[in-house]
Amino acid sequence: MSTIAQKKGFGGTIWDFLTTVDHKKIAILYLIAGGFFFVVGGLEAVFIRVQLAVPNNDFVSAGAFNQIITMHGTTMIFLAAMPLLFAFMNAVMPLQIGARDVAFPFVNALGFWLFFFGGIFLNLSWFLGGAPDAGWTSYASLAIHSKGHGVDFYVLGLQIAGLGTLIGGINFLVTIINMRAPGMTYMRMPLFTWSTFVASAMILFAFPPLTVGLTLMMFDRLFGANFFEVAMGGNTVIWEHLFWIFGHPEVYILILPAFGIFSEIFAIFSRKRLFGYSSMVFATVLIGFLGFMVWAHHMFTTGLGPVANAIFAVATMAIGVPTGIKIFNWLFTMWGGSVKFTTPMYYAFGFIPSFVCGGVTGIMVATAAADYQYHDTYFVVAHFHYVIVGGVVLAILAATHLWWPKMFGTMLNETLGKITFWFFFIGFHLTFFIQHFLGLWGMPRRVFTYLPGQGFDFSNLISSVGAAFMSIGVLVLLYNIIMTSVKNVKVGNDPWGDGRTLEWSIPSPPPFYNFKQLPLVRGLDAFWLEKMAGKKGMTPAEPLGDIHMPNASFIPFMISLGLFIAAFGAMYHKNHAWGLPVIILGLLVTFGSMFLRSVKDDHGFHIHKEDLVEDNEKGAKA
Amino acid sequence: MQAEEKMTYEKWPAAPEKSTLEAKNKFLGFWLFLGGETTLFASLFATYLALKDKVPSADAALAKDLFDLPLTFVATMLLLTSSLTSVYAMYHMKNFAFKKMMVWLGLTVLLGLGFLGTEVYEFSHYVHTYKHTFTSSAFGSAFYTLVGFHGAHVAFGLCWILSLMIRNSKRGLSLYNAPKFYVASLYWHFIDVVWVFIFTVVYLMGMVG
Repeated sequence: MSTIAQKKGFGGTIWDFLTTVDHKKIAILYLIAGGFFFVVGGLEAVFIRVQLAVPNNDFVSAGAFNQIITMHGTTMIFLAAMPLLFAFMNAVMPLQIGARDVAFPFVNALGFWLFFFGGIFLNLSWFLGGAPDAGWTSYASLAIHSKGHGVDFYVLGLQIAGLGTLIGGINFLVTIINMRAPGMTYMRMPLFTWSTFVASAMILFAFPPLTVGLTLMMFDRLFGANFFEVAMGGNTVIWEHLFWIFGHPEVYILILPAFGIFSEIFAIFSRKRLFGYSSMVFATVLIGFLGFMVWAHHMFTTGLGPVANAIFAVATMAIGVPTGIKIFNWLFTMWGGSVKFTTPMYYAFGFIPSFVCGGVTGIMVATAAADYQYHDTYFVVAHFHYVIVGGVVLAILAATHLWWPKMFGTMLNETLGKITFWFFFIGFHLTFFIQHFLGLWGMPRRVFTYLPGQGFDFSNLISSVGAAFMSIGVLVLLYNIIMTSVKNVKVGNDPWGDGRTLEWSIPSPPPFYNFKQLPLVRGLDAFWLEKMAGKKGMTPAEPLGDIHMPNASFIPFMISLGLFIAAFGAMYHKNHAWGLPVIILGLLVTFGSMFLRSVKDDHGFHIHKEDLVEDNEKGAKA
Repeated sequence: MQAEEKMTYEKWPAAPEKSTLEAKNKFLGFWLFLGGETTLFASLFATYLALKDKVPSADAALAKDLFDLPLTFVATMLLLTSSLTSVYAMYHMKNFAFKKMMVWLGLTVLLGLGFLGTEVYEFSHYVHTYKHTFTSSAFGSAFYTLVGFHGAHVAFGLCWILSLMIRNSKRGLSLYNAPKFYVASLYWHFIDVVWVFIFTVVYLMGMVG
């Protein structure tokens, strides 16, 4: 097989993406799918704010409102934030450690298609009788009595998507442990790679409890089991535990990569080594560890008793320490640096005060006794939006601008990027800052409307105006993406000029084998070191030789499609005779594809040395 | 070393299950996967313990009425022995003795089938004699889910090992399929370890606890 990319038709490009196992293309798939779900979840948020803009509104019904808030939360966490972070992990992490691909390219593709089919399945609920309506936490006491198939869509869709995330996590772990370039020791890994590493380890141990929780709920709702049926001896608190044993690590799975992204940005645009690198690594690992010890702080009012509440309150507050270490390290990175105000740096600047606000309210809600007041009010809504939007979403937007040239070979427009930032940043604080006070004044969360004259009217209107600002910001970003893609001005290896890590030492976008010769890493910020030593690029660690590459495969798509089909059968099997055959058919497709994968030898192929030399002469474009 | 290379006893490395990069990745990735499986079973055990003997009425069967140690002893012996036979199989794999490996793997499969047989008999006994079903109580749901998940793992492991044996029956060992056999045997050991916990937590503690 030749290395030279051939001109393909539209159909060829589609087939290429359906069968690709290249981490850079899978990253683009994650970015597109995650971006799509981000817009869907954003529209749901806009509907919520329109409904709540004025008292006694009837823009949507109470039932529809429940569906919208459930889907907003579920979509944003599972189908937008996670895949968008996975997009950057896929695009950048293998490049940062000097690898030619991830450890399991096939599994990487499988992870994407499982997520994709799970997300599609979940969202088909809108067209097939109503979406889930028991909240994104889907507490069993509500969920098992929810009419219709909404919660079934939640249970089955998340199960499929969750499997994809789990195998993605294993893949990243093995990649980082086994595939680092010569000289890339653990303590020379860029912070984004470190945070991917810790987040993946958390995925490995946090997602199986969710798998079990969803399975139990599926058994209860669809197969007549009694885990949560109190009259039959069941206990709904089991769901709360399983969900939060997953759910709390999940928020750190989201925020740690965000921390990693900002750590890269602060170092790049302060043009200075990250302050306290070792303590940053330590803090990341410690947060990952403590993240598993605090789940019951979501259940202070469940009635676990004062001892349990006290332990979990103290453990929760302890997380403030490593997080504080990080905040100070970022500030000290800028201190004395020669700061360049680019769009990613705007987001990084905006992130610090926003996230600290979320952290402060986090300590407030972690205080068990006080939480009895905050619980189920808009104060909590404000708190988690300050950490998720003020942390994770700002990081995703920053990363989009930072790594867009590396992924697509062209820069996003800086002026439009800054306009996006200002609209989004102002809109974010306008929407959520006032919600702290709404909560303290007594407005409960998850209500579809409120009466006039309780002091909520004006504040809710302000909040809704903020949502409009954020929407404008996102629209400007979309315009920016379209405009710069049409112009398509090509950029070189290091378009920001201050790249520090290995991904900036190779072309944008990189050739499909990434590194012609694996680079020799001589310290932290490997590429920066070489630049400071007056060199143009990395020193190779190996002579030019044949490169082993994996084959493309359609099997990941089929494995995921099978589960998608089986999920429909499972959902309708109680009322329709065709349900059981469809379950069997779907599982046959899945297990048949897995069997095919097992028995068909797949040795991959080699790119020959001569073709690489040829590529070299043509300017290494792929 | 190339995975496709034709192997001889002399060339066969000491650790064939991790002598190529692909094999190293598979080896580590599978260990990590087993880490995830551990939390999966831990969650199921926790659920079982929370719902043990939680039944809707006083006449429903409880753990101490149901379990029967002789049958569980037979099942346990079958499964633990199958773990031992898979160790022998891997010993021969490391010595490039393909035929002997296949014999021991065959024994492993037979013992696994025997275990599954006792489990099927046990479940049908509970259903018919005690009316203890998946839907009869929270206890029933939790019991069949925990033990059934394990049983499903055994069944999957059997299909896996059988597929590997049939696929490679004519072509012997290579560095491409050695790690495949190795991770399948790792999986088999894991199933065994889970059973040790089921034996303790469900059956022993069910009889005496």
